[in-house]
Amino acid sequence: MSEIANTFTLDGQIVHFTPGQTILEAALEAGLYIPHLCFNPELKPHGSCKLCTVIVNGRSGSACTIKAMPGQEVQSSTPELDGRRRLQLQMIFVEGNHFCPGCEKSGNCKLQAVAYDLEMLNPHFPHFFPERPIDASHPDVMIDFNRCILCEQCVQTSRDVDGKNIFALAGRGMKSHLIINSPSGKLGDTDFALTDKAAHVCPVGAILEKRVGYAKPIGERIYDEKTIREQVAADAEGGL
Amino acid sequence: MSYLETAESPEKLRRLVIDPVSRVEGHGKVTILLDDNNKIHQVRLHIVEFRGFEKFIEGRPYWEVPVSVQRLCGICPVSHQLAAVKAMDIIAGYGAITPTAEKLRRLMHYGQIVQSHAVHFFHLASPDLLLGFESDVAKRNIIGVVAAHPEIATQGVLLRKFGQEVIQHVAGKKVHGTGAIPGGMNKALTIPERDAMLAKVDDMIAWSTAAIHMLKKLHESDPDFYNKFGEFDSNMMGMVRGDGALDLYHGGLRANDADGKNIFDHVDYANYESVFDEEVKPWSYMKFPFIRTLGPENGWYKVGPLARVQVCDFIPTPLAEKERQDLLAIGNGRPSHGALLFHWARMIEALHGVEVIRDLLNDPDILGTDLIADKGARKEEAVGVIEAPRGTLFHHYRVNEDDVVTFCNLIVSTTNNNQAMNEAIRSVATRFLNGREVTEGLMNHLEVAIRAYDPCLSCATHAIGKMPLEVSLTDLNGKIIDTRFKNMLGA
Ligand code: SF4
Ligand code: FES
Repeated sequence: MSEIANTFTLDGQIVHFTPGQTILEAALEAGLYIPHLCFNPELKPHGSCKLCTVIVNGRSGSACTIKAMPGQEVQSSTPELDGRRRLQLQMIFVEGNHFCPGCEKSGNCKLQAVAYDLEMLNPHFPHFFPERPIDASHPDVMIDFNRCILCEQCVQTSRDVDGKNIFALAGRGMKSHLIINSPSGKLGDTDFALTDKAAHVCPVGAILEKRVGYAKPIGERIYDEKTIREQVAADAEGGL
Repeated sequence: MSYLETAESPEKLRRLVIDPVSRVEGHGKVTILLDDNNKIHQVRLHIVEFRGFEKFIEGRPYWEVPVSVQRLCGICPVSHQLAAVKAMDIIAGYGAITPTAEKLRRLMHYGQIVQSHAVHFFHLASPDLLLGFESDVAKRNIIGVVAAHPEIATQGVLLRKFGQEVIQHVAGKKVHGTGAIPGGMNKALTIPERDAMLAKVDDMIAWSTAAIHMLKKLHESDPDFYNKFGEFDSNMMGMVRGDGALDLYHGGLRANDADGKNIFDHVDYANYESVFDEEVKPWSYMKFPFIRTLGPENGWYKVGPLARVQVCDFIPTPLAEKERQDLLAIGNGRPSHGALLFHWARMIEALHGVEVIRDLLNDPDILGTDLIADKGARKEEAVGVIEAPRGTLFHHYRVNEDDVVTFCNLIVSTTNNNQAMNEAIRSVATRFLNGREVTEGLMNHLEVAIRAYDPCLSCATHAIGKMPLEVSLTDLNGKIIDTRFKNMLGA
């Protein structure tokens, strides 16, 4: 009996996988980029951003949750899927206050990097301009809710890795927002610490170490030299 | 409801203007009041300044501000970055920054001066100066200048580009870079970067000198016209170094009266609130700053190139100082006040900027890697001031113990020149428009006078050689009898 190869195709390219891996994990390991925001290799995928939506054997699903199977035909970089992703990004941009020129995460921000990758040229929708004050009550870390994309990585990390349960999402749909588990609702009233893993997982400029600002010059930031797609390819090579 | 109804209370005033929907980019408006014989009774320049920006800054962490405040202006972002960071150095608890950091900041600042002055002179002012105030309006733009004087246009473009490159090497980007951070700078200059700039510096000195000489020639062609156009007496203010030299990055404030007699000298800008006050007038969005001791009637002043080169004792680079002496000579020992002389002074500063850049690049410190100062105790409040291309720029911040800005006050250069610009168009209107029907050419005279001050509105529109301006003729009962629009946004 011939062994079935552990491979699938992604936009026609053959991708090897280890049984148990998701399509996204296998693709990233092979250096192939599928746009994504809420996925974090160290956390259980929970599929909230839907940016990684691909077509698997004719049906759409999240690449971060679907297990890789032999012989799958996966489509990702199609004009239609990329167009949908751009719309999703545009909605994320207008729903919060994402002003890259004044944001210290610029150049290191996944949202910005994906937007560049997908050539999102304008916000398309009218801006909501929500009013969301920042929480700077903690001595070492601040939270700028204006930039939160509700990816829940901080929620999961604090709960599952740091064992502290500092963050949670509250509200539903348009009203959902990040909250802090303390009587005052302030980060300064929790036992959150700069050394917590959750202080460093935010893919955007929402959770920031204080007083760092623009210490990294332009040219030395993560996505200055390489696009996020090139970065994924380079990481895969480095890992071989 | 009028803006002035809440002007008694500054907090309310700021609140009114934060609404981003109401923010209109650079729209200037001149109103003239005439009687039946076309005699002029009133002339006013109304400007929508960059209102409400303070509210974007309040509530933000202090270390972000030097970069985010650059969104105020697309053409002199570096000035805002540096004024803000000078305040934030103090707030963050840093004392004097390292010699390398200060020199890098100066490098980017003088790069900004060269860039901004080059844009203004070659792109916005030269069409009037080289082609004539009443020349064919269709050709009175930078394209017309290129056709008539190709070499001048090319030099202008390259001088501007040089200034941008200097900024890019230090700040990482031509516009809205980073560079300056509280306590110093974020990046050392490399030898290749320095050498790339040094290779061009001699050409830049030659071209900025040529621009001055061209202006001198124009001036010689009709000295009386160039001296008197938009002329009016006023106080002048600028920043000077301890020894009285022109210093655009740091120093004390000096003001002289119209005759050149000193009003105050080496004033620590941290005390600006005790020295200046701002008057609100019902008909303009922009405040009118004045020197407290002289009161609103007599205490207003000019800032910017013409003021700076005349209040300083000398320019500390030889070529620019020599040119300055020639400019001073036309006043016979008294300061000159003609609006068009701003252009001359502006290009002297551009030459000075290039000379400073050359000296900084030849200074071994510029390649240093000691970029951040030692840190002391956090402070709650600080003021940062710089001489921006258009004049003295004030940034004032208070920051709470959570590191969040709770108060921000900005007095931008254009605001400092508010009364002066009004006086300039009054002077021009009285001399050229009185008793006549307003034509496009005459209207352009008003624009020429305003443009000489290089107000922020002329760059906010990003329109080449144009400035949005609306002129309304109103009879004594306030009835509008004629309105002309020029280059309005969206037109
Ligand atoms: S704060 Fe950052 S990590 Fe947490 S949910 Fe928002 S975007 Fe995700
Ligand atoms: S990465 Fe798959 S849904 Fe967000």
